[in-house]
Amino acid sequence: MKYLCLVYGEEERLAAMDDRDCLAFDAAARASGHCLASEALQPAATAAIVRVRQGRVAVSDGPFAETKEALAGFYLIEARDLNEAIQVASRIPPAEVGTIEVRPIRPIREQPRTGGAKRET
Amino acid sequence: MQRDPHDAAASIDEVYRTESRAVLATLIRLLGDFDLAEEALHEAFRAALEQWPRDGVPANPRAWLVSAGRFKAIDGIRRLSRFEALDPDAHDAAARVEETPETGAVADDRLRLVFTCCHPALSRDAQVALTLREVCGLATEEIAAAFLVPPPTLAQRIVRAKGKIRDARIPYEVPAQEDLPQRLDSVLRVVYLVYNEGYNASSGASLTRTDLSGEAIRLGRLLTQLLPEPEVLGLLALMLLHDARRAARTGARGDLVLLDEQDRGLWNRAQIEEGAALVERALVSRRFGPYSIQAAIAAVHAEAPTAEATDWDQIVGLYDALLRAEPSPVIALNRAVAVAMRDGPGAGLSLIEEILDGGALSEYRLAHAARADMLRRLRRPAEARAAYEKALSLTRQETERRFLQRRLAELA
Repeated sequence: MKYLCLVYGEEERLAAMDDRDCLAFDAAARASGHCLASEALQPAATAAIVRVRQGRVAVSDGPFAETKEALAGFYLIEARDLNEAIQVASRIPPAEVGTIEVRPIRPIREQPRTGGAKRET
Repeated sequence: MQRDPHDAAASIDEVYRTESRAVLATLIRLLGDFDLAEEALHEAFRAALEQWPRDGVPANPRAWLVSAGRFKAIDGIRRLSRFEALDPDAHDAAARVEETPETGAVADDRLRLVFTCCHPALSRDAQVALTLREVCGLATEEIAAAFLVPPPTLAQRIVRAKGKIRDARIPYEVPAQEDLPQRLDSVLRVVYLVYNEGYNASSGASLTRTDLSGEAIRLGRLLTQLLPEPEVLGLLALMLLHDARRAARTGARGDLVLLDEQDRGLWNRAQIEEGAALVERALVSRRFGPYSIQAAIAAVHAEAPTAEATDWDQIVGLYDALLRAEPSPVIALNRAVAVAMRDGPGAGLSLIEEILDGGALSEYRLAHAARADMLRRLRRPAEARAAYEKALSLTRQETERRFLQRRLAELA
């Protein structure tokens, strides 16, 4: 099952880290088949915000949310279950100074929602 | 073999009481779904009600029920797939259930269930609700009443928790060795929360909600059987030693009776003995933690024949150890109270005011009550009154309120 690991952290603390640790983790995770895709992101200030309202495209300066911890990167991983996903996420180097959000992928292609139905609670 | 239907019904009640939780735990593993397993459990007992009066109670009721539940579930899945045109998932599900071996220690399945219900990815509220429902078998209404939460809210909490287990694929397994200490911590926290909710109701008229404390102790016993780690023993010891004082804790009119005024003749000696033995086992292991140390403190109290005979020096030493294991202002507060017993209220007051000055516990009623008590003992009634009033303003529990009001009246 696929999970998206979103890496959050204070930009100054993350910037002080050695990228080689991340690259080493990434290489190992790809070799083991856990990592399907991964990228580091430019700082939040480089973001553009895009919304479409009443047919008009509105663009503004980013980031989407002003928070202490900014989104810094992601790893799309394959794992047997949440426990394995957590184990992989715990090895992402920024986990030691930031936060990793582990979100299960929704199988939208296999089970598309057709709109209108209330979300099952 | 019993052929008397009345006898069989009584037996089935007994089997339900002793085996239904274990059967459920195994069915969850076999069927891979909480709701399916619960339905299967009901179907299994329905079948038992039909067949056992006729054929007698089987030699291994649990195995019979697991088989019956599983069979009904496969049947159900198959029947669904016949109605829904060629549903490949249903066919796979039935096949998967058929292939899963029934063997596997029941103890393992019960542990799997406990660790799944207490998974840290679930909110603490959800962990508690799910554990009480699935592991302890309490009804949703019972749990809602115990936690003073409307039943629909509690029901939703459980539905969402099961949904998360499904959507995030929280696996039905006992954690790997390296994850065990932290995952066990989560489980023990749930048990302790349930016990505390029962022991010292945070609001409402009666001081103890015995049902919850009983459930927590039952859970604790189950855990010591399944996973006799030192902190598991320590937690059970702590709960038993506190529970042993239950009868002495409330007076004739439901008033709060403090430890030093309790009639120790009302303490449950059997529970104290059991608790003390568990503490010893935990401490001997050297891998003990906060629960075991707290239990040791409770044991020192329990061993004193009178309040005056209490070994406060030993208790202060244990609090020192506890503070090292778990630095927290509440523990520092309890240590301060013990220091006051050993060295006098002046020493206690200094420590308490140090804690309050640091900003911690400023809204904690027990900190102000303890401070008030020190001031009372130091014969500083005006300051004591102010402190009791502050404590009163923070207390919602009826029995505690009456106690504080009594203290205020005594000062006048």
